Amino acid sequence: MTTTTVETSAEVSGQSVTDAPRRTVRRRGERGPVATLTSHALLIVASLIAFFPVAWLIFLSLGPDKDDYLRPGRIWHTMTFDNYSFVLQHTSFFSWLKSTLVVTLGTTLIGVLIAATTGYAVSRMRFPGYKKFMWLLLLTQMFPIAVLIVPMYQIMSDLGLIDSYLGLILVNCTTVVPYSAWLLKGYFDTIPFEIDEAGRVDGLSPFGTFLRLVLPLAKPGLAVAAFYNFLTAFGEVAFASTFMLSDDKYTFAVGLQSFISEHDAQRNLMAATAVLIAIPVSVFFYLVQKNLVTGLTSGGTKG
Amino acid sequence: MTVAIDRATGKRRGDRAPRPGLGQRLKNGYQKYWYAYAMIAPVAVVLGVLVLYPLVYGFYLTLTDANSLNTARTIGVNHIDATYKFIGLGNYKDILFGPLSYDRFWSHFVWTIVWTVACVVLHYSIGLGLALLLNQKFRGRTFYRLVLVMPWAVPTFVTVFGWRFMLADGGIINASLHALHLPTPLWLEDTFWERVAAVMVNTWCGVPFMMLSLLGGLQAIDATLYEAAEMDGASAWQRFRYVTLPGLRSVSSTVVLLGIIWTFNQFAIIFLLFGNTGTDAQILVTWAYQLGFGQQPRDFAQSAAYGILLLAVLIVFTSFYRRWLNRNEQQLAI
Repeated sequence: MTTTTVETSAEVSGQSVTDAPRRTVRRRGERGPVATLTSHALLIVASLIAFFPVAWLIFLSLGPDKDDYLRPGRIWHTMTFDNYSFVLQHTSFFSWLKSTLVVTLGTTLIGVLIAATTGYAVSRMRFPGYKKFMWLLLLTQMFPIAVLIVPMYQIMSDLGLIDSYLGLILVNCTTVVPYSAWLLKGYFDTIPFEIDEAGRVDGLSPFGTFLRLVLPLAKPGLAVAAFYNFLTAFGEVAFASTFMLSDDKYTFAVGLQSFISEHDAQRNLMAATAVLIAIPVSVFFYLVQKNLVTGLTSGGTKG
Repeated sequence: MTVAIDRATGKRRGDRAPRPGLGQRLKNGYQKYWYAYAMIAPVAVVLGVLVLYPLVYGFYLTLTDANSLNTARTIGVNHIDATYKFIGLGNYKDILFGPLSYDRFWSHFVWTIVWTVACVVLHYSIGLGLALLLNQKFRGRTFYRLVLVMPWAVPTFVTVFGWRFMLADGGIINASLHALHLPTPLWLEDTFWERVAAVMVNTWCGVPFMMLSLLGGLQAIDATLYEAAEMDGASAWQRFRYVTLPGLRSVSSTVVLLGIIWTFNQFAIIFLLFGNTGTDAQILVTWAYQLGFGQQPRDFAQSAAYGILLLAVLIVFTSFYRRWLNRNEQQLAI
């Protein structure tokens, strides 16, 4: 199952609800005012719970003092954007932004490239070791970070890749590639096999078929895999905290922690930074989330 | 040149000539599959270098007494060679049966199980409840959906800090509880309340994924089934029990498995919520991390051994889960 199939099936069921049994649906679905009110009340409560911590963070980021989170009442009178200008001017915000972008985009790009070739291979071919390979891809997804982080740390320090972008990109790839490969396999499965055959008949090499015919058709699937890689790499905490040592190479996930040390806790600045990080990522998430959800649950149903 | 394209060769598989000899088969195999192998080569190399090799190396480390004092390291210009030695299964014996095994392993193990079960049950039930509410037709459901997804949209490492501000002693939650004359627990210091706080934050973060997946599942259920059930006089509960739940089965079994794996492996929330404090609230993953990186000297061998044990637990669980699904004739969607 892929994005397209799910969407069409949703459309179909949507139609059958609206078109044919309209009257029966309305009668059956008719709810008294009490039931409607209850639904709304429950949803409003849930929405408040979902929204409140984020709103609170935004609110706290406007307070000038680092202990204002204990006295939120004071923020109303002293509300200011000073924290934001301070963060932008006097902290390593922009070098964190740079390292985050390097690591995240690097992981996205490399991850999608590797995953696309793999996804295509496992979608179109049955080669000896196929089952084992798929099983390995699946298994990799449930590795707890504790399994790999110690040996990874040793290997990276042997290779001198600790505290380097490349090291972190490669390590992040271990978590995103297997999943993206599953995802893309599912997508390639929906591209008719006849297209490959036509390409071959017209004299394209196997790689030509892949590059010129299948990849352009798979753009939506590639995009979903890229979104997934991007968001995963962006939110990665464990590896980044362990492998990035120098302050100017911190990604946001590490940099944000550095506001609270044993000696000092600049909570107001931290809140402002958190908001600055959260806004663009959340906007991006909202733009792509529909694709992401259908992709996530429908990896490789077609064996 | 023949390329092994399954749906092309597969049809002809039946009327193939008798099996050729080994050499011939290798040659054929090579000619047939080189392209497939070439395509998976990058990922096989990457996984081999980045996953299999570290896994094997990590397993080897668990059989030694490696820590940050005796592994190879470079201080300034001096390179110090590794001096750790092979001690067999000593680490596993120490973790599972040693004198401190209860405090160090089993208490965390039990808490990890409790944590996983509690979180997944809460994720699933709240997610299903919200999905059912959102699956009705009424004004503003898109708006609700967008707001409810917010915990997923904002990166976890950001929201966890928001929660830390709220849960701190004197933060908004305790201030409100105090105003209501309710007890104000020490959310980030007292073991029991630390655990409650961890489950709460993780539930908050994890519900949107469940909600959206289950909502997708609900929308894919054929509306005529509900009609038929209605015609047969099924009550609302019966429609839920015999139409909705079976219709959600394949989505459910997948998201529950994913939820269990993700919760069991959850690192960011507990790590960021408690840092290096809150020893008793650490689940096995964060505890293993703390052994390997959060203390001096860093105990690499034990940390890696915890990792292997965790992976073993997950693999055993997943294979039982798959077997259980197969027995109930369900397919996993992943």
